[in-house]
Amino acid sequence: MDRRNKNIVKNLDWGVIIIYLVLVLFGWLNIYAAVYDGEHSSMFDFSCRYGKQIIWIGASLLIALFVIILDPKFFTQGSFFIYVAFLAMLVVVLVIGAETKGAKSWLGIGDFGIQPSEFAKAATALALARLLSSIDADFKQLKTKIAAITIIAIPMLLVLLQNDTGSALVFCSFIFVLFREGLSSSVLIFGFVCIVLFILALLINKYILIGILLVVCIALWLIIKRISHRTKIWLFLACFLVSSAFVFVVDIVFENVLEPHQKDRIEVLLGKKEDLKGVGYNVNQSKIAIGSGGFVGKGFLNGTQTKFNFVPEQDTDFIFCTIGEEWGFLGSSLTILLYLILCIRLVKMAERQRSKFARIYGYSVASIIFFHFFVNIGMTIGLLPVIGIPLPFLSYGGSSLWAFTLLLFIFIRQDASRLELI
Amino acid sequence: MRNPLSSRRYVVIGIFVVVGFIYLLRLAYLQIFDDTYAELANRNALRYVTQYPSRGLIYDRNGKLLVYNEAVYDLMVIPRQVKNIDTLEFCNLLKITKEDFIKKMEKARAYSTYSPSIFEKQISKEDFAPIQEKIYQYDGFYAQSRTLRYYPEAVACHVLGYIGEVNEEMIAKNPYYKKGDYIGMSGLEKSYEEILRGRKGSKITLVDVHNREKGSFKDGIYDTAAISGKNLYSTIDIELQKYAEALMKNKRGCIVAIEPSTGEVLCFVSAPYYDPNLLVGRVRGKNYKALAEDISKPLFNRVLMAEYPPGSIFKIAQALIALDMGVILPNSGFVCDKSLVGCHGHPSATNVRDAIKMSCNPYFYRVFQRVVQQTNPKTGKIDSKYGLMLWNEAAKRMGFGTRLDIDLPNVRKGYIPDTTFYNKWYPSGWNFHTIYSNSIGQGEVGVNPLQMANFAALVANRGWYITPHLVRSYGDEKQKEKFVKYSQKNYSFIASSYWDLAVEGMWGVVHEAGGTARRAMIDDIAVCGKTGTAENIGEDHSVFISFAPKTNPKIAVAVYIENARGGGGTWAAPIASLVIEKYIKGEVERKEMEQMYMETNPCQPLPLVRKVKPKKKR
Repeated sequence: MDRRNKNIVKNLDWGVIIIYLVLVLFGWLNIYAAVYDGEHSSMFDFSCRYGKQIIWIGASLLIALFVIILDPKFFTQGSFFIYVAFLAMLVVVLVIGAETKGAKSWLGIGDFGIQPSEFAKAATALALARLLSSIDADFKQLKTKIAAITIIAIPMLLVLLQNDTGSALVFCSFIFVLFREGLSSSVLIFGFVCIVLFILALLINKYILIGILLVVCIALWLIIKRISHRTKIWLFLACFLVSSAFVFVVDIVFENVLEPHQKDRIEVLLGKKEDLKGVGYNVNQSKIAIGSGGFVGKGFLNGTQTKFNFVPEQDTDFIFCTIGEEWGFLGSSLTILLYLILCIRLVKMAERQRSKFARIYGYSVASIIFFHFFVNIGMTIGLLPVIGIPLPFLSYGGSSLWAFTLLLFIFIRQDASRLELI
Repeated sequence: MRNPLSSRRYVVIGIFVVVGFIYLLRLAYLQIFDDTYAELANRNALRYVTQYPSRGLIYDRNGKLLVYNEAVYDLMVIPRQVKNIDTLEFCNLLKITKEDFIKKMEKARAYSTYSPSIFEKQISKEDFAPIQEKIYQYDGFYAQSRTLRYYPEAVACHVLGYIGEVNEEMIAKNPYYKKGDYIGMSGLEKSYEEILRGRKGSKITLVDVHNREKGSFKDGIYDTAAISGKNLYSTIDIELQKYAEALMKNKRGCIVAIEPSTGEVLCFVSAPYYDPNLLVGRVRGKNYKALAEDISKPLFNRVLMAEYPPGSIFKIAQALIALDMGVILPNSGFVCDKSLVGCHGHPSATNVRDAIKMSCNPYFYRVFQRVVQQTNPKTGKIDSKYGLMLWNEAAKRMGFGTRLDIDLPNVRKGYIPDTTFYNKWYPSGWNFHTIYSNSIGQGEVGVNPLQMANFAALVANRGWYITPHLVRSYGDEKQKEKFVKYSQKNYSFIASSYWDLAVEGMWGVVHEAGGTARRAMIDDIAVCGKTGTAENIGEDHSVFISFAPKTNPKIAVAVYIENARGGGGTWAAPIASLVIEKYIKGEVERKEMEQMYMETNPCQPLPLVRKVKPKKKR
């Protein structure tokens, strides 16, 4: 047992752990800066958010330690059980949960509340890994595909029912995992084309767009015909017809399916609407905060945008504003690089796993963290619509920090014992 | 045995890298290349509060306060920050209607939504107290303290002038001024604006999203303190000014008194005058309109801007010019020939002194004829031009027809005609007979009362004057600074013996039988003077210039009463003598006379009707 523990400590991927610690501490500094208004002096005032975050961080470290000590089989064997337990909690939240900011996603336990949807991501990752790593699973089979998509779709739907669209969207990140496990790359391309068409349909007149699509399809056909003689014209015709139909559907979806605030956010992003006092306020103030940071930033605790509350949610979803304002391009680009390094490292770690379970789980971790990073920062710098999900490890909040710690350290633990297993 | 799918990791990593790269580019654009955001952040969080300096005070020659400051408050608004306020309660607090509120907000918004503009200006200290208690409840509103000018004695409005808000044109001309600033609009307030105003300072404070102040920006290293304006020490004697204003009550005209030895203006009255406190604060607009529409033109500074015919007081200048040219001698005599020009009954003058004393019109007709025609009275036009040119130059050396550089704005030059003028006016030619009216101070000659008083000082000094001025020095008690230009003597280059002659004549005017201003006599002060009765469209103007005492004169006074239904000796002379007595003795002993001249108003009511009466001058 002793020897095993020594090996584990040696085999832990300390690079990832250091990145984790750096992000968490940097997050705390920025939470302190965002809340700081020159009046509170003690950094350990537990009635303040930065004081509370210290507790969350302490608890996270305990969770990390606990996960490392725990037998990794607990998560591999118990994955379905954990998954079902969290599904149950999601249902419970729907019934008795507390509502904040329009989303019914909080479960109160005493004075504290936790957000089961944050943990559901990890649970889903475990279940998906378990499913796809079982001996009889073959991703080429439709059965497996349906099972995998069901595992992802159930919690996603439950979170959507909580009215927490942002967290529900995170489940889309599993597409990277499925892609790695054999999902046809045309699905990725199809998804990408859909997004592009969606944006274009909102920006350009429908009929002009269809004209453009026609030209593009004919051009593609002509080009490919030269390269390969086996092209069939009906394929391009179908492409054109489907995409044309999609363009028409976009309007209907946009008008009828999306909530008014979601429509506003998209229209603000696309520049179709400018309402700096209303819907556009957050993003505009966020861009001002980041943009005003300049190259080296205004310095720790010197950000006026964040310190004086011009940016709402500046310690949670908009924490990146504080970084941009006070630490400038240096700080914010370093943060982005840290996330990139973390995600790429996780992918590489996943690839070195012998167990399929660990690999799939590792991809899930990388995908989830990347998706959060992509959506959150994209939102604060005005490249994506406002979708309220936290920045992993940096944003204020117990549930989010604990859930990400759990998510990450389960994989770190798996990775540490990758040589023992099998 | 590598799974071929494992190469898909590069696709995933590729997507990660592409997104990261796009984000880095976007950040570089936002933070490094686009510098509008820094400005926007400052607009959010920095509030520039202008620190207004207190304007310099103005004292009289004896250190009595003429103008002081009192604090009022401007309620400022930043329209962008106004939200969620209880409009009704706010309107009640300010005692305005909801329509007013909407109108004022629209006006402010039209100016700028980001920059502060004045919502309600000049709220008095008393009215502001209840507002101050609640102002924090209203986002986007704050108060700025300002000072207004007040005048403890309510005199000398035309000297002191007034301050007003700068207009667009002034802002465009001088970037120091910002909308809502005050600037001297007239009087000393205008001419000494840069000394009085001091220098504005600026304090930068940080405000949060709710517009609450959060301390100073970078510990105030960018703050600048306001520098108070410097005080002015005026030459006006407030007691004399009050007295002269009392004498001019209900009349139209001017009294100007100068200390001859220094050129310091002792009193400066243009009547009708007004209480300078009327043009202060929120009542200003209404009062200004009333004053501007008043038919008697109280806003018009007659001392500097009127161009009166001087009448017979000009004969002294004529005599001096002629004597200096040598075209007459001190004992030249001319018959009082009323066929030349009308006159009143008196014996013919046998010398210059008596001619001045009796103010003989035909005498000065002849004098001016000799000046204009020079040596040869027969040749006519060519010599007339030469003579007139010399005359014009000599008159200008006496301060006529030229702008006296007093320290007030808008001074008129008056007018002394020259050959160019007459050539234009009479294209077919002119000679002395065309222009003879000028001999007795009528015709084309135009003089303002300041020039009359300055001329009296010139005679009192026997040949020189110091440009009249209203400010002795500026600065604080310990360190007063003076102006060089008001210490230089201007000479008229006429021999001093001729001045003595003029002084003797002027003494005779007051003291001798046949003199035209016997009413100006004061028992123990040797007053020298000269009356004038100036013709114009209404009743004659009553004019008097004088100085006293005869030796070492202390005061030179010009009095001009418009349309006075009487000659210079009847109205202007006694009023001038009262001013002299008041200044030299400090108290007027001739109480009955004082009362009479204070209470009687000889001025023909406005609007003027053309008088119908025979030509006759004294």
